[in-house]
Amino acid sequence: MKGMDSEKDNILNEVTQNDYKYGFVTDINTELIDKGLNEDVIRIISAKKNEPDFMLEFRLKAFRHWQTMKMPGWSHLKIPKITYQDIIYYAAPKQKPVLNSLDELDPELKSTFEKLGISLDEQMRLSGIAVDAVMDSVSVKTTFKSTLAELGIIFCSFSEALQEHPDLIKKYLGTVVPYTDNYFATLNSSVFSDGSFCYIPKGVRCPMELSTYFRINAANTGQFERTLIIADEDSYVSYLEGCTAPMRDENQLHAAVVELIAHENAEIKYSTVQNWYPGDKNGKGGIFNFVTKRGICKGDNSKISWTQVETGSAITWKYPSCILKGNNSVGEFYSVAVTNNYQQADTGTKMIHIGKNTKSRIVSKGISAGFGQNSYRGLVKITKGAENARNFSQCDSLLLGDKCGAHTFPYMEVENQTGIVEHEATTSKIGEDQIFYCNQRGISTEDAIGLIVNGYAREVLNQLPMEFAVEAQKLLQVSLEGSVG
Amino acid sequence: MLSIKNLKATVNNKEILRGINLKVEAGEVHAIMGPNGSGKSTLASVLAGRDVFQISSGEVLFNGKNLLDMSPEDRSREGLFLSFQYPVEIPGVSMVNFIRTAVNEHRKYKGLKPLAGSDFLKMMREKQELVEIASKLTNRSVNEGFSGGEKKKNEIFQMAMLEPKLAILDETDSGLDIDALRIVANGVTKLRNKDNAIVLITHYQRLLDYIVPDFVHVLYNGKIVKTAGKELAMELEEKGYDWIKNEIEK
Repeated sequence: MKGMDSEKDNILNEVTQNDYKYGFVTDINTELIDKGLNEDVIRIISAKKNEPDFMLEFRLKAFRHWQTMKMPGWSHLKIPKITYQDIIYYAAPKQKPVLNSLDELDPELKSTFEKLGISLDEQMRLSGIAVDAVMDSVSVKTTFKSTLAELGIIFCSFSEALQEHPDLIKKYLGTVVPYTDNYFATLNSSVFSDGSFCYIPKGVRCPMELSTYFRINAANTGQFERTLIIADEDSYVSYLEGCTAPMRDENQLHAAVVELIAHENAEIKYSTVQNWYPGDKNGKGGIFNFVTKRGICKGDNSKISWTQVETGSAITWKYPSCILKGNNSVGEFYSVAVTNNYQQADTGTKMIHIGKNTKSRIVSKGISAGFGQNSYRGLVKITKGAENARNFSQCDSLLLGDKCGAHTFPYMEVENQTGIVEHEATTSKIGEDQIFYCNQRGISTEDAIGLIVNGYAREVLNQLPMEFAVEAQKLLQVSLEGSVG
Repeated sequence: MLSIKNLKATVNNKEILRGINLKVEAGEVHAIMGPNGSGKSTLASVLAGRDVFQISSGEVLFNGKNLLDMSPEDRSREGLFLSFQYPVEIPGVSMVNFIRTAVNEHRKYKGLKPLAGSDFLKMMREKQELVEIASKLTNRSVNEGFSGGEKKKNEIFQMAMLEPKLAILDETDSGLDIDALRIVANGVTKLRNKDNAIVLITHYQRLLDYIVPDFVHVLYNGKIVKTAGKELAMELEEKGYDWIKNEIEK
């Protein structure tokens, strides 16, 4: 009997492996601390990272606050109970403390990122993308650091920034997402381990895409990364994050915080291709993705643009938002969210208009297949002083099959009569006519769905940097494999 | 090339095709005419593999292979092309991307490598000229916002790109003005050769002035009730279908 079961498992693995090709585990020496969460754990994390005192204080304040909080229940999600004391809050691949060259990087680690299609080789200048690679709790390697440093750009892991630029972190950390913000952001504020830090000085246009690649490897660990990006006056940066995780039967928690600060005339473009392990076809396993992302257009004429392609995770809960404080500032949110099998997503944005003549644009494309549940939740708020604010929202839902669901929860609060808020929403199904038309030209049903879905999502995919748009297109197609017929 | 024997098909338990027999050889042009509701478009859909129809009996051989056993995409790859009466719109999917996917799927089926980008664009330009379809149409999403005439021209352009052995044109002439009709008909004529065959489904004689058929069949009540040469089309144009109905019901 046991033999049969394991054979069944093998077949199942093969089938699911095809769908999620990043499901492997790297066999590497990992330093773990004991599971559970208390002040000692927080002190250990902070000590391991040799953090300045203000950082430990921040963490402890957040933790004390978190203990008074309850998990929010307002989302359109079914979230199984999470036992926070069963999670390991720090895991780090063991390696030499300081790397002088890439050759010193653990070959197993290097090959992991190669398998994921991420080149950590400084020589690979052709790709023109600087990468910060984060595995489990720590940043493994940041490429192109010296090239960027010549322009005064700081791009490094969060831990490193704490050592080398503590003043910048002290000045900006928690200014957009305070440690009291929400349950998951507060948890992150107390236990975050690493992430990326980026500072673009005045008048500098960052010449290459900056990218962070997040990888969960160790079992039973949570990943809590923290990203902070500051674009000083008249600067520009385009930043991309990608993420994957091994396939495991247990759910794993990922609770990140991203803060963006755009000063006068600065522009930040932030793109995400989220492909955490979504769980198997029966909804077993997968990442719980509870993320708080928010940017502030602090100075006049500044701009923040969020683009996200969300295909992974068992549960996604995230609302990348913009606080439009500067006059004439612009906020954008472009999103494609796919839920297949038993995946659930509750995602959207908040656009808070404070400055005069501020503009925001929301384009959300939900795609539901299998038993997937997909919700758009968005707030457009025009405050009293926001003269002549403009918002346009377009929320479309595409359904494949009749067992999935799409939901839209738009909220509007307009306190200034000069504001104009527009909202358009559509729900459609992929037509059998469209699929047959493709079939008749020699295109299989799976490929037809890929074509149609990519066409539907094109407005969002067009916002991605070229290199990633192609990847994202493939990902959309793979995520929906087996969803029809 | 195509041999249909006693083909019967139903939709929602209603019999639409009641025993079709038809043989089409390479190099031939066949016209299928008949009053509304006689089963002309159903025949086209059944041959292309639309699954809303149930085949209750019969056999269809296409180049010696059992057509009814094949998936719709394999029928296409084997060289069967259907020009749709009502081509659907696929928003956001560029015509270039769509037809390149189709062409490369056909090549893969034949064991050929995908066409290089420049070769593909060259092929597209040539075929565009051949069927007189403006290049701005191929830069847009598949059929999106196309006029009726543009949609039909686009069907013939796709036919030119895929070079089918058998093309079934389902009322390709309907809704076209005289100029568009001429362009579409000229395109089809240029694509015609001794190795391929064309089946025209039409209500009117006027298309047949441009594309002269070798055979004209009258489909009535799910059966081919009369077959003759091109002169039959003229006769139908003159007298309508009533005389045929009377002849059968006698």
